[in-house]
Amino acid sequence: MARALITMPSVAKRGEVIEIRTLIAHPMETGYRRGDEGAVLPRNLIRRFTCRYDGEVVVAAELFPAVAANPLLSFYTVATTSGTLTFTWEGDNGFAQSESVTITVT
Amino acid sequence: MKPGTDERASRADTIPAASRRGLLQGALGLGVLIATRPSRGATPPDLDDAIRAFAGGAKVSTGKVQLEVAPLVENGNAVPITVNVESPMTATEHVKSIAVFNERNPQRDVVVFTLGPRAGRARVATRIRLATSQKLVAVAQLSDGTFWQHGVDVIVTLAACVES
Repeated sequence: MARALITMPSVAKRGEVIEIRTLIAHPMETGYRRGDEGAVLPRNLIRRFTCRYDGEVVVAAELFPAVAANPLLSFYTVATTSGTLTFTWEGDNGFAQSESVTITVT
Repeated sequence: MKPGTDERASRADTIPAASRRGLLQGALGLGVLIATRPSRGATPPDLDDAIRAFAGGAKVSTGKVQLEVAPLVENGNAVPITVNVESPMTATEHVKSIAVFNERNPQRDVVVFTLGPRAGRARVATRIRLATSQKLVAVAQLSDGTFWQHGVDVIVTLAACVES
């Protein structure tokens, strides 16, 4: 499990647009670099990111080698109802990670 | 009279007429070549193809999109970028996706965000790698089928590792 950090408000007013910042530890090896022996370091990337609000996808992203290591993704969503936001990262070599954060909407 | 001035023949007199003509023609041709090269503002073909493919052949207009990135970047390994699109983000009028393309990395694509009315604000940010000084273009697809773009030239001091 890679370390992931989610920054978002835990409480919001109904209809308020909140900012969510996500960070996950991952080398994002491009597949273009060569190691010390000269062999190409194999590609190891996070390919997809999804943010689901109570099961419905609100924001998704497709990542390519040009995204920096330890990908930071910042976006917004509307605080509709109290519930759970689930963040998933999927990538090469079967990488799959999920984090959930609850939000209280008043 | 000063000694030596009479002996100093003019340079032009020592070049035969035929090669002088050839030199002049060559210089004229070179001038034409420089004049017809693409202007500094033109987008290179690969980047154009990537943008065109994303837009599915639709016209991509400049505007509505704001790509925020520092014009001079110290470290190309983690360059913060933000893309902001002015949009009410309602069910009938919103941004469907935002794509960022580059000019000189090994691959044109950088990131593609899929949004919708539930995103609330069409503003996304991330950190990217830049292999060298180049142009970045952010393209937004709106719910009404139109595409908008904004390009920024970035100078990179320390390039991201393409080959270590």
